[in-house]
Amino acid sequence: FTKRKLDAATLDELEDVLLQADLGMDTTSAIVETLRRDRFNRDISGEDVRAVLSDEVGKALTPVARPLVIDTAHKPFVILMVGVNGSGKTTTIGKLAQKFAAEGRTVMLAAGDTFRAAAIEQLEIWGRRTGAPVVAKPAGSDASGLAFDAVTRARAEGKDVLIIDTAGRLQNRDELMSELEKIIRVIRKVDPTAPHAVLLTLDATTGQNALNQVEIFGKRAGVTGLVMTKLDGTARGGILVAIARRFGLPVHFIGVGEGVDDLQPFQASDFAAAIAGKEQ
Amino acid sequence: MFESLSDRLGKIFDGLRGRGALSENDVNEALREVRRALIEADVSLEVVRAFVEQVRERAVGVEVTRSVTPGQQVVKIVHDELVRVLGETAVPLDTATTPPATILMVGLQGSGKTTTTAKIAKRLKDKQNKKVLMASLDTRRPAAMEQLRVLGTQIGVDTLPIVPSETPVQIARRAAREGKLGGYDVLMLDTAGRTHIDEELMAETAEIKAVSDPHEVLLVADALTGQDAINLARSFDQRVDITGIVLTRVDGDGRGGAALSMRAATGKPIKLIATGEKMDALEDFHPGRIADRILGM
Ligand SMILES: Nc1nc2c(ncn2[C@@H]2O[C@H](COP(=O)(O)OP(=O)(O)OP(=O)(O)O)[C@@H](O)[C@H]2O)c(=O)[nH]1
Ligand SMILES: Nc1nc2c(ncn2[C@@H]2O[C@H](COP(=O)(O)OP(=O)(O)OP(=O)(O)O)[C@@H](O)[C@H]2O)c(=O)[nH]1
Ligand SMILES: [K+]
Ligand SMILES: [Mg+2]
Ligand SMILES: [Mg+2]
Repeated sequence: FTKRKLDAATLDELEDVLLQADLGMDTTSAIVETLRRDRFNRDISGEDVRAVLSDEVGKALTPVARPLVIDTAHKPFVILMVGVNGSGKTTTIGKLAQKFAAEGRTVMLAAGDTFRAAAIEQLEIWGRRTGAPVVAKPAGSDASGLAFDAVTRARAEGKDVLIIDTAGRLQNRDELMSELEKIIRVIRKVDPTAPHAVLLTLDATTGQNALNQVEIFGKRAGVTGLVMTKLDGTARGGILVAIARRFGLPVHFIGVGEGVDDLQPFQASDFAAAIAGKEQ
Repeated sequence: MFESLSDRLGKIFDGLRGRGALSENDVNEALREVRRALIEADVSLEVVRAFVEQVRERAVGVEVTRSVTPGQQVVKIVHDELVRVLGETAVPLDTATTPPATILMVGLQGSGKTTTTAKIAKRLKDKQNKKVLMASLDTRRPAAMEQLRVLGTQIGVDTLPIVPSETPVQIARRAAREGKLGGYDVLMLDTAGRTHIDEELMAETAEIKAVSDPHEVLLVADALTGQDAINLARSFDQRVDITGIVLTRVDGDGRGGAALSMRAATGKPIKLIATGEKMDALEDFHPGRIADRILGM
């Protein structure tokens, strides 16, 4: 291999890599600035330049790579899935149901998207695939009423985990965000400690708007953790680095396909390596 | 959250008013801010580069007039150039062919294909009095076919009866037959979402296109898409030669830079924008409005 100096031209190249991975201007500048300060004009011997970049990105992500812990003191442990339209909520619920069942937990699902056409049928299919019963009401029913029934039933039946689906909503739609707040209020009438996790799904192809999504869903729905979906495409999901720096919210899982097993724990170093375009 | 480009340029050019022509130096400084604004608006880097060069050519030597600040002048140049690249004249959906005019909908997972299929069908039915048939070729996503069927019932548009265990290509053939025999003016084909690097599914898309001979092939893409917009638009266009783009979730608060990326990458017009989940949330594309958004105006 050839030794390379981390010169200005190389730093510009690295800047492009980060911008094209959706890290955004501020986060990219901050990372490139750190590299300039710490490593400028030094030989990067035995190491790929991309490895240096990957390390630097990894530093931002390591603190947020935290697993989703199911506290068995809560029965059921209630998980509320939220996110913008089409980001992968329902599919992720299916994958989680499979995972929890494989861990030997009893799972129940709640078809809380009573709005979108055939959203209930979609979740019911995931329920059949994973052996999880699905609490549902006819389309057009009140979502918070459904959530109330589901928590009540999961508790009565002694389920370990209840995962509640919600309709997709854009975070700038105030009335829809209020509806989400209402769902949470109503859940708390059954169990004041619930929901025990509020997971926000972020689509990896989304650009800078994901920052607003995390901010507003965080404020209105008390998001406790993130899942990034659709990382099997060409999008790198680099906005997660900006999100980690700004909000420090745990990232639990990544989605890498449409199948029931296409869910992986979030690994900071792998994710950073992919952003940096480093061969693994 | 964003400091608008005008504010930033205002700061750079403070005190420059009435100083003659914009020098190369002035322009370079301004263009750094333009680059930053476009990247923050999710315009793909490659497109940002080309765009900034186009603006540079137009901006150097421009006379600084007394009535307008140099910042405003640069913003106007950028805005005009954005509108030019986005497409000055609207290119409407084209259904003028031997019926049924087939419209094939393609795109990534969750981009809004099924919803937009139904919205377009409703629009053609209500505004142009067309007899429309919709068919779902999505044999993969749980309840995808049921979703289109429900939407068809809601808007009063026929859907091709669901026959389990047919392949997408077989459904496309049956839809074409039914479209002809049933005397439909327009046949809308909804397809399963796919990532543009999924070789098998992209080959399937090409085969669907070959058997259905669509008059329009619309790429349905999320306005919130980031840097990946250029890759996905290019891949779909190379594979199935799209005729236009529908931008969805324009009701969000994203800056919509993907519009510029996809248009620049493919040269294909943005034909419609989707602005909500309801069936009437479909509008004609106005480049000026998207340009305003991209610039945070
Ligand atoms: N390639 C890929 N596709 C995914 C992934 N996760 C979900 N999808 C697909 O993305 C599309 C949308 O997923 P859904 O689970 O329906 O998303 P949602 O957030 O529930 O959507 P709404 O309820 O309509 O807001 C579907 O076609 C899924 O199969 C993933 O990790 N990779
Ligand atoms: N806010 C908003 N939501 C939209 C818009 N268009 C579609 N949606 C929503 O986005 C989600 C996904 O839409 P679909 O039409 O199912 O997307 P799709 O591309 O068919 O998804 P797959 O078939 O799973 O690939 C649904 O919740 C729709 O209601 C839009 O313009 N604005
Ligand atoms: K998307
Ligand atoms: Mg859903
Ligand atoms: Mg669909």
